[in-house]
Amino acid sequence: MSDQVTFRGGGFAPKRVRGLGVLVFVLLIAFAEWGTRSGMISALTLPRPSDVLGTFVELWQSGGLFKHLLPSLSRLAVGATLGVIAGVSVGVMIGLFAYARAGLVPLVAAIFPIPKIALLPLFVIWFGIDEASKYALIAFGTFTPTVVATYAAVDNVDRTLIRMGQSFGLTWWSIVRKIVLPGAMPGILSGLRISLNIAIILLVAAEMLGAQYGVGAYILEAGSLYDLERLFAGVVILSVLGVAVSSVIGMVERRLLRWRV
Amino acid sequence: MDLKLDAVTHRYSDVDVLRDISLDIPSGKITCIVGPSGCGKSTLLRLLGGLEKPTEGAVRQVGSPPEGCLNALTYVFQDFALLPWRTVEGNVALVLEDHKLPDQAAIIADVLARTRLTDFAGALPKQLSGGMKQRVAIARALAVNPAVMLMDEPLSALDSQTRELLMDDLVGLWTKQPFTAVYVTHNLAEAVRLGHRIVVLSRRPGEVREIVEIDTALDERAHGDAGLEAQQQYLWGLMREEAAAADAELMNV
Ligand SMILES: Nc1ncnc2c1ncn2[C@@H]1O[C@H](COP(=O)(O)OP(=O)(O)OP(=O)(O)O)[C@@H](O)[C@H]1O
Ligand SMILES: [Mg+2]
Repeated sequence: MSDQVTFRGGGFAPKRVRGLGVLVFVLLIAFAEWGTRSGMISALTLPRPSDVLGTFVELWQSGGLFKHLLPSLSRLAVGATLGVIAGVSVGVMIGLFAYARAGLVPLVAAIFPIPKIALLPLFVIWFGIDEASKYALIAFGTFTPTVVATYAAVDNVDRTLIRMGQSFGLTWWSIVRKIVLPGAMPGILSGLRISLNIAIILLVAAEMLGAQYGVGAYILEAGSLYDLERLFAGVVILSVLGVAVSSVIGMVERRLLRWRV
Repeated sequence: MDLKLDAVTHRYSDVDVLRDISLDIPSGKITCIVGPSGCGKSTLLRLLGGLEKPTEGAVRQVGSPPEGCLNALTYVFQDFALLPWRTVEGNVALVLEDHKLPDQAAIIADVLARTRLTDFAGALPKQLSGGMKQRVAIARALAVNPAVMLMDEPLSALDSQTRELLMDDLVGLWTKQPFTAVYVTHNLAEAVRLGHRIVVLSRRPGEVREIVEIDTALDERAHGDAGLEAQQQYLWGLMREEAAAADAELMNV
């Protein structure tokens, strides 16, 4: 008798599967379309995907899409950039200096669980009703998760590499720039996946509370009129934004982390 | 430039690791340090390179480092310590960049040629074999033109064939251009192959048990040479009981 040895070494190694993500979306939407057309899902429960698409095309043709999307994107860009830069800097400081760690980790832990949206009135008082308060809210929301991800990533940088840098007499700044930051990059980037999505959530929240234009304002208006098609068109924009952010980070990871085994 | 250990004693909290070590590291020679596991060889090397301060005694430099020396005391690590995100060339460049040298590219080309890595200048560490990685680390150490190279078991992460090849490389490098090195190993074959002087440490607390000088020129030490074989036997005789005792001691902990 000669049985082949069973293969049991598979799995546990992420690999790229193209198209599967798209297929999941297509199936879900096709199901909703079929359900609403066949009457199994009532029109009050869920708008018909083709109607949502129609609303979306209309929005696009009327120029309303960009009227709402551009202010949102610029708020997101400014707020998230500020938050990420501050978060990475503070995270690196916590990772490198015992005093920064002792002093700031409890503070970060204390502000992390605060729903930042609750602070919007405060930001409006501090920064005015205009753009600045929205930037501040988004920046503040991205700041805490970025800090936590960054200092954890800095903690995980191989200490022997840092000792090596010191033993060759590299300057402190060189060690941080050429050893600590690249070594922490994988952790920082996976932290960004979370903090940038938090930024999108806060963007909408800020726009709901006070903006004439913006995806959040558009959704709020649709919601108050119970216009489900427009509501969903807005939600689709947000989802697309989320997918776009995720794939941009994926691209950056593939570029910057090519060295990983 | 010579290095000199002056009655160095080192302690971690209440454990004596090294006791009253006085030792000269003469320039232009390779000094091997052997001793049983845990006797403080790595600690001694950290003291020599200034990564740690001795509890008592002092480590001194005698004379000044050679012309064009960028980092007098330079380590070669057991686990290579290469930056995985930099190419071979980039890893060597790392230790030169801070000095803003006009001839940086020439230095890199030179050390890569000496370690036969020119063709791999653009490769990432993950693409290299263990032996090549250690050659990159040696090239990086040579690039700063060190006064003393401090090598902590540089070959022990490699398989035995690669180790033989790398020993040949080191002999070749030294013969072309003698360098000063302190070479820690627990492999006596490496010690008699590469060492001009072999310092035998006792088990913890490490003390200098004996210093053996080998006069045969490095490039005349063939693999399986009878004289070297005898030296190795002699060293093993010195170390045997220490090693056995050290082993038993570790099990008692
Ligand atoms: N930072 C430290 N703190 C406390 N004890 C230490 C420290 N570093 C080393 N030791 C202890 O000092 C002793 C000598 O360590 P060292 O690493 O120098 O030995 P070694 O001769 O290099 O051993 P090996 O052959 O295993 O490499 C060991 O018992 C170790 O546990
Ligand atoms: Mg050791």
